[in-house]
Amino acid sequence: MKNDIILSGVGGQGILSIAAVIGLAAVENNLFLKQSEVHGMSQRGGDVQSHLRLSDMPIMSDLIPSGKADLILSVEPMESLRYLPFLSFSGWIVTNSTPFINIPDYPPVDEILNEIRKIKNNIIIDADSVAREAGSVRAGNIVVLGAASGFISMPFSSLENAVRKLFAGKGEELVEINLRALRAGKEFAG
Amino acid sequence: MKQLLLGDEAIAQASIDAGMSGMYAYPGTPSTEIMEFIQSSEKAVEKKIRMEWSSNEKTAMEAALGMSYAGKRAMVAMKHVGLNVAADGFINSAITGVNGGLIVVAADDPSMHSSQNEQDSRFYGKFAFVPCFEPSSQQEAYNMVFDAFEMSEKYKIPVLLRITTRLAHSRASVTLTDHPVPQKIMKLPSDPLQFVLLPAIARKKYKTLLSTYESIKYDARISKYNFFRDGKKRDTGIISCGIAYNYLMENIIGSSADYPVLKISAYPFPADLVKDITSRCREILVLEEGYPVIEEGLRGILDNGIKILGRLDGVIPRDGELNPAIVAKALGLPVSHGRNIPSLVKMRPPSFCKGCGHADMFNALIEAVKPFGPGRVFSDIGCYTLGALPPYNAINSCVDMGASVTMATGAADAGLFPSIAVIGDSTFTHSGLTGILDAVNKNSPVTIIISDNSTTGMTGGQKSAGTGKLGAICEGIGVAKEHIRTIIPLRKNHEENIGIMKEEMEYRGVSVIIASRECIQTATRRKKIEASDEKLIEL
Repeated sequence: MKNDIILSGVGGQGILSIAAVIGLAAVENNLFLKQSEVHGMSQRGGDVQSHLRLSDMPIMSDLIPSGKADLILSVEPMESLRYLPFLSFSGWIVTNSTPFINIPDYPPVDEILNEIRKIKNNIIIDADSVAREAGSVRAGNIVVLGAASGFISMPFSSLENAVRKLFAGKGEELVEINLRALRAGKEFAG
Repeated sequence: MKQLLLGDEAIAQASIDAGMSGMYAYPGTPSTEIMEFIQSSEKAVEKKIRMEWSSNEKTAMEAALGMSYAGKRAMVAMKHVGLNVAADGFINSAITGVNGGLIVVAADDPSMHSSQNEQDSRFYGKFAFVPCFEPSSQQEAYNMVFDAFEMSEKYKIPVLLRITTRLAHSRASVTLTDHPVPQKIMKLPSDPLQFVLLPAIARKKYKTLLSTYESIKYDARISKYNFFRDGKKRDTGIISCGIAYNYLMENIIGSSADYPVLKISAYPFPADLVKDITSRCREILVLEEGYPVIEEGLRGILDNGIKILGRLDGVIPRDGELNPAIVAKALGLPVSHGRNIPSLVKMRPPSFCKGCGHADMFNALIEAVKPFGPGRVFSDIGCYTLGALPPYNAINSCVDMGASVTMATGAADAGLFPSIAVIGDSTFTHSGLTGILDAVNKNSPVTIIISDNSTTGMTGGQKSAGTGKLGAICEGIGVAKEHIRTIIPLRKNHEENIGIMKEEMEYRGVSVIIASRECIQTATRRKKIEASDEKLIEL
């Protein structure tokens, strides 16, 4: 078993929290994990990515080889396309549809969504709206994780446990919001 | 016990478990998380480990050497260019030698994700004649800290631990020791002259260092971190170091490329092992993250021996970090590619946060400087370097920590007036102070804007050494009190701030404008903490 996942978004959108949830779940399932992330300059509103590799065998490279990722999990639509060279032709894109517009030449959202739909294996979810309904728009990252959970080779309950662990220090309310966000994402993806 | 740790965190956890008493560092990507991890570790607090940020890498290096002098284990961590700042202390610490174990961590940034160059710190190991470790995994990084402290004490020499971005910022499971090493008790050096590098003593100590280096070469030869992995395809042999080993294994495990591999993670590079693999193979492919250090050594000046493939003949790109695809191509294996990036995807460079004080400072500066013409704003390293990008296009230099002040002074010497420096508060206390003293002593006509957000912002908001003291420091150095101005960079103060900037630019002497407003990121975090504290009080 092997999942090679590219997490993408804009600095500050919470892709490292997604990575942390998957990481905690991987520990629970005794899986090997390597997760490479970006710190420093690009975190200031620039594009950010994380390579996350899960396997039941030891993993060598900290980076996913180009063309071999099984999944692009993106909290921003344009950013999901930036990492297409990494995605295998049978891989999936799961992305938020709500754009994060902080550049003057951001392309029309419809064109971006059309481009994503050209990849047959796609799930596009309005994660911001779903998250708002779950209790906080800031849980959009966890909504996308929920929508992608079917492509992550671990029981859904492990992801739930990991969300509980990760947000435990921030109060019961946030734990519940994020659990609702995770489940709503899963439900959307069907 | 197993724990998921970044490479940086594995090093930090190991230092706690290996009986280190003092951690010294100045923030710099990709090394910052080493100190941050220690600062957030309950165990480190329990053990009363010293863990405050230093003003710069040089003060950190020297303080760590001082702790070693007193017989305790110390670590100093920095990004690669920080080792340039600390180089004087570092090189000479090899000659004094150490008392308590001393590890110098240098985190290199090939491909310059967050840096101005991609220098390879392994050169510094050779330059200083010290052993150097280069882990290929988080577990190795953890284990090496224990061995490096022991080696440091065995040979009374500092040990360099070189990592690169992809190890520093990649997380994996690490097995921690069940037997942490206790901290050392204070014990002064037995030779009271050990640390006195008067020429007569230094000459003797240098000879000792050179002979120690020969012993260290033997240690590298038998190091468990350097090993040979045989393969059936003996026409090509592969030498790989540090994290390059992972990219190699990613490609050759289960593939047809079953070549013999020599993995090197402990330096000085072991000539015997290298001779061993070169004698078996017709050509050697060298995979190293960073400069072609080993490759150059193998080729020598004449380059007329065995065929060598690597960065110098273009089999591997001459610059930039490695990845699995580059290694696959070098091995002649098929390289997989996904789809191309659609043309509508636009660049998304980093930018100022919404509500950032630097942005308001630049907006005022751009207007104030307009009448004098372009090309006169020297700047420095930090978030405000983003002032170089559109729509600001406001700065003309970013070279090294503190260079804004000194370059502005040099340009003023050449006749540029007004000549302006923009420097952050943390960069100012790192290396800007002495430059201002030079300017004051010559009464150079420069205007220095300290863009003070009261934190080390770019690296994530670490404590800044000069917070609350900047005006007093400038006055103490000798800047005339009436030419030390404080402004608050807010849109509502825009016109007033332009006026103050213009006034000081017209002054033919040293003036300092402190543009002071808390970083929006740290302010938000602080307010959150204060709000939850208030909640607690209410309860």
